[in-house]
Amino acid sequence: MNQLTNRSKVVVHKEMNWIEKLYLPAIFQGLIITIKHLFKKKATLRYPEVTRPFAPVYRGMHVLKRDEQGRENCTACGLCAVSCPAEAITMDAAERKKGEEMLYREEKYAAKYEINMLRCIYCGLCEEACPKDAIYLTDRIVPSDYNRNNFVFGKDVLVEPIDQRIDISKRKKDYSIVN
Amino acid sequence: MEIILFKTILVLVLFLISLGIAAYSTYAERKVAAFLQDRIGPDRAGPFGLLQPIADGVKMFLKEEIIPNHSNRWLFILGPCIFMLTALMTSAVIPWGLPLEFDGTKYALQVADINIGVLYIMGVLSVGVYGIMIGGWASNNKYALLGAIRASSQMISYELAMGMSIISILLISDGSLSLSHIVESQKGMNWNVFYQPLGFLIFLICAFAEANRTPFDLPESESELIGGYHTEYSSMKLGLFLFAEYINMFISSTVISCLYFGGYQFPGLAYLSAHLPANVVSIISIGALFTKVFFFIFFFMWVRWTIPRFRYDQLMRLGWQVLLPLSIANMLITGGVITFFNL
Repeated sequence: MNQLTNRSKVVVHKEMNWIEKLYLPAIFQGLIITIKHLFKKKATLRYPEVTRPFAPVYRGMHVLKRDEQGRENCTACGLCAVSCPAEAITMDAAERKKGEEMLYREEKYAAKYEINMLRCIYCGLCEEACPKDAIYLTDRIVPSDYNRNNFVFGKDVLVEPIDQRIDISKRKKDYSIVN
Repeated sequence: MEIILFKTILVLVLFLISLGIAAYSTYAERKVAAFLQDRIGPDRAGPFGLLQPIADGVKMFLKEEIIPNHSNRWLFILGPCIFMLTALMTSAVIPWGLPLEFDGTKYALQVADINIGVLYIMGVLSVGVYGIMIGGWASNNKYALLGAIRASSQMISYELAMGMSIISILLISDGSLSLSHIVESQKGMNWNVFYQPLGFLIFLICAFAEANRTPFDLPESESELIGGYHTEYSSMKLGLFLFAEYINMFISSTVISCLYFGGYQFPGLAYLSAHLPANVVSIISIGALFTKVFFFIFFFMWVRWTIPRFRYDQLMRLGWQVLLPLSIANMLITGGVITFFNL
């Protein structure tokens, strides 16, 4: 038969001789094996103090980006909501009034933008659909809660604060290479 | 009068030490288990998790205390009490070290130097089975009863071989049953284990069985009997059972050290006692005993995380068909050698 690896062992159901029936050599062998593990490197990571680094493609909590001048990128076109396979995204569009040019980049903006974090499957299709560089998935972890209602995240959570920009440079795809 | 005061203090200290070691054995068990499995183990409560036993104790005390409706109420309470009581009683006859000296009077570090010390330990250990049996029976639960039956039959089976291997010890230590005499006869490295290797092995295996430790933990096997005899117990009554088990392990380690590894004796003790004040030597000898005890406690845990549990028929076959004949043969050979060579 064709063997995939050379690690296979032939199993023989032979009678044990009397030394093997004593079990003591086998027990001693086992003790040696376990004591060796006493000195091995531990696999545990002390989690809250030490975190495992995320892969650059990790898809965590969403962020709604602002541009360099601090204006929201989102124009409420709805492409993310359409592309979402879990139907987790809803939004209401509104027209930008005079004097709000510093808040929204284009004439139309999302007055309400909600993602249901319990529905979201973190596939990242919203990010791919977005023509305005507005939504990205980050390496942040969605905080836990006792109440289901609190998992519907609105703009207050999703839009990045002006003074604390969220770094998404790792997720920004360089389409010039593809094309 | 002073001797009574000293003994009272000694009893209290022993009580506290037994409980303390039992508490930290639970911690050590988890740490050893973790380290043998490439994990870290409890490290949240205090530095290195050293306060974990206190957290566990508080948890035990604060849990809801349930006495099942169909249980026999008083026996249900009596079970863990007996188990704990007997576990604590066994430490009375163990010589913990060389005598301390105050004002020219020597105080032996042994609560009671009775001339049947070994028999006393065997007897009290056997009474401990009543705690398990009563607790398991009073629970009125199939699993608890099965665990209790297993515990009692296992203890009876392995006590025989244990007793036989102790007889071999008596043969080579002038027939004295007093533990202090047995320890004193093993001066320096003149330990019994070198004269009785087979007896030691039998005694060690039986000690595992008596203390209900893996690979003989059938009475409380979680995977098949959901805890065995303490299935129905909760809160501090469960705590007593678990605690008493760790005290039993501690006492077993001490008895093994005293019978086979010279107790507080170590090479160079005679030299030290000639050159150092008596109290210092006494404390060093206590340290020597506890080093051995801690090693055996570690060994108990080490074995637990290495070997799987026996099947019940294997357990009985090992006890009756292997260990008992072996220990009788060992006894006969020891006696024969002593008779023929006039040792």
